[in-house]
Amino acid sequence: MVEETLSAEEPTVETKETLKVEDLHVYFHTYAGAVKAVNGVSFVLKSGERFGLVGESGSGKSTIALSLLRLIKPPGRIEGGSVYLNGVDLVSLSEEQMRRKRLDEIALVAQGAMNSLNPVRRIRDQFLLAFGDHDIDVKRSGFDDHIGDLLSRVGLGRDVANMFPHELSGGMKQRVCIALAISLSPSVIIADEPTSALDVVVQWQVMDTLRRVQEDLSASVILIGHDMGLMAQFVDRLGVMYAGRLVEIATVRDMFNDPLHPYGQMLIASLPSLESRKDSLQGIPGITPSLLNPPSGCPFHTRCPKVMEHCKTVTPELQEVRQNHWVACHLYEEA
Amino acid sequence: MSTLLEARNVSKIFGGGLFDKSRTVALEDFSFQIDTDKPSVTSIVGESGSGKTTLARLLLGLVAPTEGEVLYYGKNLERLGGSDRKQFLRDIQVIFQDPFEVYNPFYRIDHVLDTPIRNFGLARGETARKELINESLEAVGIRPEEILGRFPHELSGGQRQRIMVARALLLRPKLIIADEPVSMVDASLRATILGSLLRLNREFGISLIYITHDLTTAFQVSEDIMVLYRGTVAEAGDVDKVVREPEHPYTRLLVGSIPLPDPDLPWEGERAIGRPAGELGESGEKFCKFNDRCPFAMPMCVQSDPPLFQTHANRVTSCFLYRESPELPMAKMTSIFKSATREGPPEDTAQLDGLDAELEVSQENSSTPTGGDD
Repeated sequence: MVEETLSAEEPTVETKETLKVEDLHVYFHTYAGAVKAVNGVSFVLKSGERFGLVGESGSGKSTIALSLLRLIKPPGRIEGGSVYLNGVDLVSLSEEQMRRKRLDEIALVAQGAMNSLNPVRRIRDQFLLAFGDHDIDVKRSGFDDHIGDLLSRVGLGRDVANMFPHELSGGMKQRVCIALAISLSPSVIIADEPTSALDVVVQWQVMDTLRRVQEDLSASVILIGHDMGLMAQFVDRLGVMYAGRLVEIATVRDMFNDPLHPYGQMLIASLPSLESRKDSLQGIPGITPSLLNPPSGCPFHTRCPKVMEHCKTVTPELQEVRQNHWVACHLYEEA
Repeated sequence: MSTLLEARNVSKIFGGGLFDKSRTVALEDFSFQIDTDKPSVTSIVGESGSGKTTLARLLLGLVAPTEGEVLYYGKNLERLGGSDRKQFLRDIQVIFQDPFEVYNPFYRIDHVLDTPIRNFGLARGETARKELINESLEAVGIRPEEILGRFPHELSGGQRQRIMVARALLLRPKLIIADEPVSMVDASLRATILGSLLRLNREFGISLIYITHDLTTAFQVSEDIMVLYRGTVAEAGDVDKVVREPEHPYTRLLVGSIPLPDPDLPWEGERAIGRPAGELGESGEKFCKFNDRCPFAMPMCVQSDPPLFQTHANRVTSCFLYRESPELPMAKMTSIFKSATREGPPEDTAQLDGLDAELEVSQENSSTPTGGDD
């Protein structure tokens, strides 16, 4: 019960910060050693904000999603840092306290969430199961109304409640998952590549739905993915992950118009557009470093075109070099 | 001029056996030609279920058409004999979507490159073999010493996919069919893979059929594009026309749904065309496949299927909104493509800087990437 006293002592000063992540470390302990999937990540999510986390596969973005919900399973472990949700440090909560927070205050729309629906249960039952876990009396009358409301909020018919998952298309299933995620009006919704398996028209429908319900609830959203186009169109602020670290955080406009970190610059330069075909097929040379044995100093120095001598030894800290524009790069240290 | 590969009024229907009532029309009355003398890059774009992968499998001879025929130098693929068959297997190469599944995990990378050399007798002696492999790998921007002797699991998805491109190049094919080659690869590596495919087209004169669901990369690499919807061609022709000024309501919807990587550009999705019109009455035997989602649908759209209307020198649209324009028979579709009508090489000479920059940067870190204006 040490955890409870700890959490009780935490200052619960209500700021506009819904979620605050401080120096989060998540390691996976393998036979070959500790894989540092998340290595000192800090960021703040404001209330009602849409925040994006982009990165290549293996950059640690999905691990962040799972650790915010404390769903990291062994051999993975949260090694250090704090995650304050509405002022309460989730890392210090007991398993039971954390279970109550999930869905109620922080909900997940997972990657390929449509495959997370139980294939032998009607949609209605999947809602009832979720409510039952949160001590909501599911026998109360008018409950089908409530489920119907949730479904119509995500643009589905009320009759969907009586269907089985296989009767729905991928986009509809993903919207059911959004309806489930918002069923207890959480203050934070984490969407981990919610549209990665969907066609582009359906992707638009799902993201439009997510945006609408998020605004309805005035919840905050963390969108995790690698599609820069989706980020540009959906989020307010964007964090760029590289090898388990956040290397740049800026508003989405600043990020696309004036990226500062060399990785961010090359990432944005590599994006294909419909505007012109000039200089557009430029990839980022090299490969992502191993997280088992990350390079010393700046993790990007092995691929960076502007690498300097001390990049190879000193790890740059994330610092605010312009207003609301944070970057972890030695190029900006004098500023 | 000779036709390398031709699909002539091809249809593919799945199911519909003696006792099976459910029939899925994967591709309907499709015609297409690839010529040998003008290397072209053609994209085939569509959502899942549009028939694009069925089309690739038909062109590769992996499935037989229900109606119509696929011809290799005028000979039906199903009846190709010994030496023709071998030549076909060499001339037409394929790159699949998943760079993980195509490798046998028990063999070193060398195996996947040695096999075609052995089967087709491409090189005599060890030195010639090594030279050929090195040349192919360098053409796709991979340094041979980095990958030879290693196992597939030691390489990234991007590297594996480029080795597949190198493998195809070993055989000096006339056509490469790439079915979603970059959809399972990270964004930062996509450009390099597409760049290496384009280089094969420009430097070795290999034609490409690029199959994808991603209009942006299709726009980047190809000259001509075909937009498929439920097994029919919705719109086809010059990629600049089709993607930038789409005509068919479905193409408009697709283009409007792309989240462009610029926060100042709109993302309209369904708002780009509006809601479906609704009641059109009883549907006839033939109908426009898009009518149930189309806000412009008219009664004629459920009574007959729209032919191809040639709305521009290099573009056809299969929509009754353009019925004023002259009709073009399906068999002649490729004749209006930009690659067929232009003289000489394509005007937009490829953007291969990425690939060259790659080799430079990895050797010495001096070049500056574009896009960083600080």
